[in-house]
Amino acid sequence: MLSTLLYHVVHETRYAYSVPVSLSRQLLHLTPRDTLWQNCRSHRLFVEPLPTCQRERIDALGNLVNEFAIEAPHQFLHVRAESVVALIPRSGGSLQPGSGDWLAASPSWEDVSRTLAYHGTPAQPEVSCFQFESPAVEVGRDFADFASHSFLPGRPLLQSAYALMQRIFDEFDFDPEATTVSTPVREVLQRRRGVCQDFAHLMLACLRSLGLSARYVSGYLLTQPPPGEPRLIGADASHAWVSVFCPKFGWVDFDPTNSMLPTHEHVTLAWGRDFTDVSPMRGVILGGGEQQLDVAVTVTPLTTDSSGEEGTEHAFQ
Amino acid sequence: MPRTLLSNYPASNNRFDEMIDAAGTVRPDWRAFVERLATATPEEMRRRADILRRRIQENGVAYNVYSDPQGADRPWELDPLPLILGADEWRGIAAAVSQRARLLNALLADIYGEQRLLREGRLPPALIYGHSGFLWPCHGIVPPGGVHLHLYAADLARSPDGTWWVVADRTQAPSGAGYALANRQIVSRVFPEAFRDLKVQSLGTFFRALQDSLAHWAPCGDETPLIVLLTPGPANETYFEHAWLARHLGLPLVEGQDLTVRGETVYLRTLSGLRRVHAILRRQDDDYCDPLELRGDSALGLPGLVQAVRAGRVLVANAIGSGLIESGALSGFLPGACRALLGETLQMPAVASWWCGEPAALEFTCSYLERLVIKGAFPAQRIEPVFGADLDAAGRAAMIERLRAQPQQWTAQELVEFSQAPAWAGAAGLRLQPRGVGLRVYAAATPNGYVVMPGGLTRVAGSNTRVVSMQRGGLSKDCWVLGGSTNAALSLAKGDIGVGDLVRSGRNLSSRAVENLYWFGRYAERCDDSARLLRTVLSRLIEAGADTQPALVSAADLCHQLGLLPAGGGTLKAAELQNALLAAIYEEQQSRALAGDIRRLLRSGAQVRERFSGDHWHALNRLQADLSGSGGAHIDASEALAFLDRVLLASSALAGFAMDSMTRDDGRRFLIIGRRIERLMFLANALACFLRLESARSEGSIEWLLEVGDSIITYRARYMNIPELLPALDLIVLDDSNPHAVCFQLKSLIRYLQPLAGELGEPGVDALRRDLDGLLALDLAPFAADSPPGLVGAARLALAARLDTVASSAYWLSEQLAMRYFTHVGDVGRQTLAA
Repeated sequence: MLSTLLYHVVHETRYAYSVPVSLSRQLLHLTPRDTLWQNCRSHRLFVEPLPTCQRERIDALGNLVNEFAIEAPHQFLHVRAESVVALIPRSGGSLQPGSGDWLAASPSWEDVSRTLAYHGTPAQPEVSCFQFESPAVEVGRDFADFASHSFLPGRPLLQSAYALMQRIFDEFDFDPEATTVSTPVREVLQRRRGVCQDFAHLMLACLRSLGLSARYVSGYLLTQPPPGEPRLIGADASHAWVSVFCPKFGWVDFDPTNSMLPTHEHVTLAWGRDFTDVSPMRGVILGGGEQQLDVAVTVTPLTTDSSGEEGTEHAFQ
Repeated sequence: MPRTLLSNYPASNNRFDEMIDAAGTVRPDWRAFVERLATATPEEMRRRADILRRRIQENGVAYNVYSDPQGADRPWELDPLPLILGADEWRGIAAAVSQRARLLNALLADIYGEQRLLREGRLPPALIYGHSGFLWPCHGIVPPGGVHLHLYAADLARSPDGTWWVVADRTQAPSGAGYALANRQIVSRVFPEAFRDLKVQSLGTFFRALQDSLAHWAPCGDETPLIVLLTPGPANETYFEHAWLARHLGLPLVEGQDLTVRGETVYLRTLSGLRRVHAILRRQDDDYCDPLELRGDSALGLPGLVQAVRAGRVLVANAIGSGLIESGALSGFLPGACRALLGETLQMPAVASWWCGEPAALEFTCSYLERLVIKGAFPAQRIEPVFGADLDAAGRAAMIERLRAQPQQWTAQELVEFSQAPAWAGAAGLRLQPRGVGLRVYAAATPNGYVVMPGGLTRVAGSNTRVVSMQRGGLSKDCWVLGGSTNAALSLAKGDIGVGDLVRSGRNLSSRAVENLYWFGRYAERCDDSARLLRTVLSRLIEAGADTQPALVSAADLCHQLGLLPAGGGTLKAAELQNALLAAIYEEQQSRALAGDIRRLLRSGAQVRERFSGDHWHALNRLQADLSGSGGAHIDASEALAFLDRVLLASSALAGFAMDSMTRDDGRRFLIIGRRIERLMFLANALACFLRLESARSEGSIEWLLEVGDSIITYRARYMNIPELLPALDLIVLDDSNPHAVCFQLKSLIRYLQPLAGELGEPGVDALRRDLDGLLALDLAPFAADSPPGLVGAARLALAARLDTVASSAYWLSEQLAMRYFTHVGDVGRQTLAA
């Protein structure tokens, strides 16, 4: 068992507007939430210019939200979220025979789908709320068809999900030019290219089309610099993957962009039905004209767990 | 007696008839009314029909139909004969509707709160979480008093055995209560004696109760609550009703852009600054309420509204998210929910319906398709109902395939057989005709529980349709509930108006209304200016025939400089010039075309329509009709000339109306300021161009300049000779008694701006004063006919430069007014962004 790992995450967002913005309201999902395997040791948020009002709350899905408004004219906006997160490594998995494949121990996907269907008996809203269509995730026969190559009859749910993840990784090209935040997931399926967000949405569409429950996870991934080169500041990016509900196992994460089970390098920010529930920064501005956006994310491993005694700190300034 | 009247009225075998029983005898509650009808003479009935028609027109009751190609208001269709219900029967209906309102409110509280029903398996999660109407951001919000549902409407129908059934629930922003009120006001005047003698229960107290309750629950502390009615705007099909209700409840009618959230508080933008809003009665759909937390593509909503609600700073009625439970798929689960949430049995049954997401229901639906109506499970799907009986074998097979592909998306409902009631088939004397009717009944939350409006909106099905819908533009009726305890007063709105309630000036006149009036003034003037200029060129072109006239060349050159005609205007061949002129009039794609300005004029006018009389509106609508009629058809020059004349006529009628008939408030002030600013810009630009134009030194140019400045008659009256430059400039630049002179605009603007000067700061007015002084000090001597050409040339350029300054002062003033007073109606600047 690996010991606790510490990461320092800096997420900077800079907007420059060609015309002054007279009114700006922003909603942030930039505070890592605590989970069974993750603890946010400290979190600081810097906003410039100084907000006229600000509030921190927990949204209906349990994520930490910061909301602020700037009511004086301004021509730039700078938001810097800085967190220290402790991770307890989770077990990974593989489909190699004989490698102690715990995925194979999961119930068949048909059984799970049947359990989740409505029978007029007590249910868990926390699970079923991730079972249906959502603004960015359609369901339909085409998604079910695509998934059917991985979801073979009687196959354990988690093994099937693993196969689906691998298939998306194998058959889809990572291409930042191919899509935007508003590209429909059906188009992603047709064009076979996209970015992490698209692959997550696609996998969700497939799973939900089979009557399964799965959620979108927003977060960060520690990227490894090429051997011999230093870690570049700001070279990382926001990341997204999915989490599948499996009875007895709970929520199990799958990262279709990298075809891996998150173990100790994925930092979770928030989860929702899809991107629209948890976009790191969503805002409405009045004015602004043309704008230039720069986002820089840096995830740095901290070598020792020196801050273990500090406890959780949330600062908002 | 009733014999003759009823002899042609067919009894129904398969429907309940509201007026007569199975034996053909008039029901007791209808007897008195039918007897009166039967004894009326044909003339009397015609007179009553006239009253009805006139009152609909006078009140301007209208309904917009989205698909109407003209996008125009259609007069409201109202049948004069009311649906009559006895007091005992009504008590049962009212109790059942009130219970249902309580149930649905409790259901909303549960769904947006602890979700007990979901946990206990009494509701399928698909109907909540799979429904785009379930708004996550609203989960956990507890509204003031725990009331989600302030105004509720139930669509009822009566089955052949006489029992009432619920067909549909309206929980988001129920429409039609205002039409019910309008119907009552009209029908009670068509049959005043019957209305009085039958002791019909009054509707007035219902609206009073609704409003008092909003005030009661509005989070306002010690302040007097400001309640506004939020409308999506004039394009909405029930805009008339919004305006009508706002007027009757005395609430400011606002659009999203009239409101702003600062911090966690909602404010109304008025001319005198921001005023806090405590409660919003909304007619805006759920997901359009807040682009920050809900639909990001909405241009209508109010960013931050959900947070203001969450923070308990404003009451929104109905609570955001209440549209969810309109889903017909839920109705099968309501009896169980009623037992679980209220511990009661549901009093009124709902039309049997089956949500196909349950396997048994899906199988049932597929087996009995021909007896069912298939609807989308979620209203947002906007699926037209499919009647199984209408499908042939192939159609049924296709439908079954669609059902099986996505069973959760579908609901099957038993076919509803509406009851029938007599309608007036009045063309040839009085004849009664049975028509299917459905009743929409309203309930309002009060601190003492739900109260039900005694009456409602009776909707009449077309002779062949099985669907009653207002969106399809059906006929409606008043509904008379008998047994009023007192003699109901005809007047319904608020009680007596005391001295303290007098409203003299629009204190809550929104900045948007003011801005629209300002632009209405500017567009009216812009249309006037363009029409005058184009008419000048066009009439000269017609006179010239194939010849080239110097005056025509210079006038066309000026049009080009002002952006109305393409380059080379004056040198074009006659046919080309004519085509270019027609394009400048009719082709909206051209940026400065007259047609576009007329459209913009109507658009800004539509926003403040309640301030214009029907006559003026009609004149404007005719211009619009002229334009749409001209699409693609060949137009000749003389038709175009006649059209320009009509534009100028309508424009002067509007100007006269503003002078004569508008209340002297800030709205009118801005309308006139708009007109003056536009005319000042036009005159200054046109004159400056004229002075610089080489071609304008030709013979006949001064004459058309005077025509464009609408000053030719004054000139001729004064000088009676061929126009010369010096007196012409005196008349259209300096003469402050000429309403078309530059100095007149400056003086008038200074006067109208004076009361605003304190807030606007002096600079705006100062610049105008400097311009005015500069012009007045001008020496016109060098423009005399006998001056040396060099001197005239220099003087022309100097005056042109001075006029440029005037034009830029006008432009700057407009910017300042916009920045200080307006909400930026046309602002496309709002953006929703995610990163």
